[in-house]
Amino acid sequence: MQYNGGSIVAMVGKDCVAIASDLRLGSQALTVATNFEKIFPVQDRLYLGLTGLASDVATLRERFRFLTNAYTMKESRAITPSAFAHLVSSTLYERRFGPYFIEPVIAGLEFHPAPEGEGKGTWRPYIAGADLIGCLNFAKDFIVAGTAADKLFGVAEGLWEPDMEAEDLFETISQTLMNAVDRDAYSGWGAVVHVITKDKVVTRTLKSRMD
Amino acid sequence: MMNTFAKRFEKKPIGLRGTQGAVTEDDQITDAAWGSEAGFGNLVKGTHSFNVPAVPDPTAFLRMHTDDHADPNCRIKIQHGTTTLAFRYKGGVIVAVDSRATAGSYVASGTVRKVIEINPYLLGTMAGGAADCQYWETYLGMQCRLHELRNKERISVAAASKYLSNLVYSYKGMGLSMGTMICGWDKTGPAVFYVDSDGTRLKGDLFSVGSGSTFAYGVLDQGYRWDLSDEEAQELGRRSIYAAGHRDAFSGNSCNLYHVKVDGWVYLGNYDISQMHYEGPGDVPGSTGKGYGYDVRTGHRFSVAAEAVTA
Repeated sequence: MQYNGGSIVAMVGKDCVAIASDLRLGSQALTVATNFEKIFPVQDRLYLGLTGLASDVATLRERFRFLTNAYTMKESRAITPSAFAHLVSSTLYERRFGPYFIEPVIAGLEFHPAPEGEGKGTWRPYIAGADLIGCLNFAKDFIVAGTAADKLFGVAEGLWEPDMEAEDLFETISQTLMNAVDRDAYSGWGAVVHVITKDKVVTRTLKSRMD
Repeated sequence: MMNTFAKRFEKKPIGLRGTQGAVTEDDQITDAAWGSEAGFGNLVKGTHSFNVPAVPDPTAFLRMHTDDHADPNCRIKIQHGTTTLAFRYKGGVIVAVDSRATAGSYVASGTVRKVIEINPYLLGTMAGGAADCQYWETYLGMQCRLHELRNKERISVAAASKYLSNLVYSYKGMGLSMGTMICGWDKTGPAVFYVDSDGTRLKGDLFSVGSGSTFAYGVLDQGYRWDLSDEEAQELGRRSIYAAGHRDAFSGNSCNLYHVKVDGWVYLGNYDISQMHYEGPGDVPGSTGKGYGYDVRTGHRFSVAAEAVTA
């Protein structure tokens, strides 16, 4: 899990979620590339982050793209974040005795329909993480993964607070990621942040330390 | 009143050999007469008074317990997380190092001073065991001063480095870990010696030690000439440490730069490696005033994004 390096963090805000990752691709101590993205869009308001072995990141990105396309065609509707989390979980457990060396992080907004005659419904934040064989972790605050996971836990535990607006959430997740990866030898070299709200997704690349 | 009080603690003046008449064999000189032993008390009667494991073969025992099991190929445990370099040119010696210390993948510190100022005209670099380098190079400084007092002459870089290499060789196999460059300017001119805990001692123009040394060598070899100007040489040292800090996961944070001249070393400053990536080293001699970063230099024009040529 330390071969290529890389880290991801996802956080819940008020009617919004954010997911962020670093941009390093390494081969042990050698930094090979500084533009390796680890977070992929699944649906309009649903993103999947994959850390760990870079070849498995690439394989599973394509595999989940295939599986969500198949789901969308069969069900004639977009996949929900919770359904997608279970799809990820069962896909990983299929390789129980020869796992993909990745840790997934899921972040999105899930639609909750209102009861009959009470308007349309609401989009609620949804984040989840899993280990490499698919044990799901539904956190109410934040999910961390990758080589800087322990450092991310420390910073996130200190900075996160409930019900942040999108702007505050962006600041919090950015500071959490950048300060954590600066203490990790295998992560960093640039960062990308996605803030997902009901109406739009804002993606920003951060100017971060390059050593 | 104050004088009588102070007198009780006053020491008798100490006669120094060669300065105030010879000290005869019979004269009792206590260790205390030489002042503080500065933590080197266990060495005043020779170098072999460290406690060693109470087993029949201490060396075998230490080898078993101190060798790096994670990487058995690594003969001296060059600390994961170091880039140091030193090179000799017509204007003296440039010494440049990074400042990162790591414990596993954790960046334990970004402000380590990896250049050890042995005395005003000798510098040592630190790679491997930080404590080993710090302790023995400080001790080397004491011995160099004694050489100076005995011989009324500064010790040569060759002699100083040989003293260190003989010393670490006497501890061979007991887990000492250092990869160091002893740099200075003596009668022979600028000099750089590589000394490591295996007992290797090499004289040369250009060395780099540590996990980021290959990256530093890449830039260093490319830009090195004997007749470099001071500004060019300083810039080459900085640029080489930047390259290592950027590419090597275990090196980085900042670069400390020293220049050894005829009358001793001068400290040129601390340069943030990320700042060098984006903006360059700042308003310093030799700087182009531009960032070293690949993306910064190419203005984000990647080869894959190049426009297709129509037939």
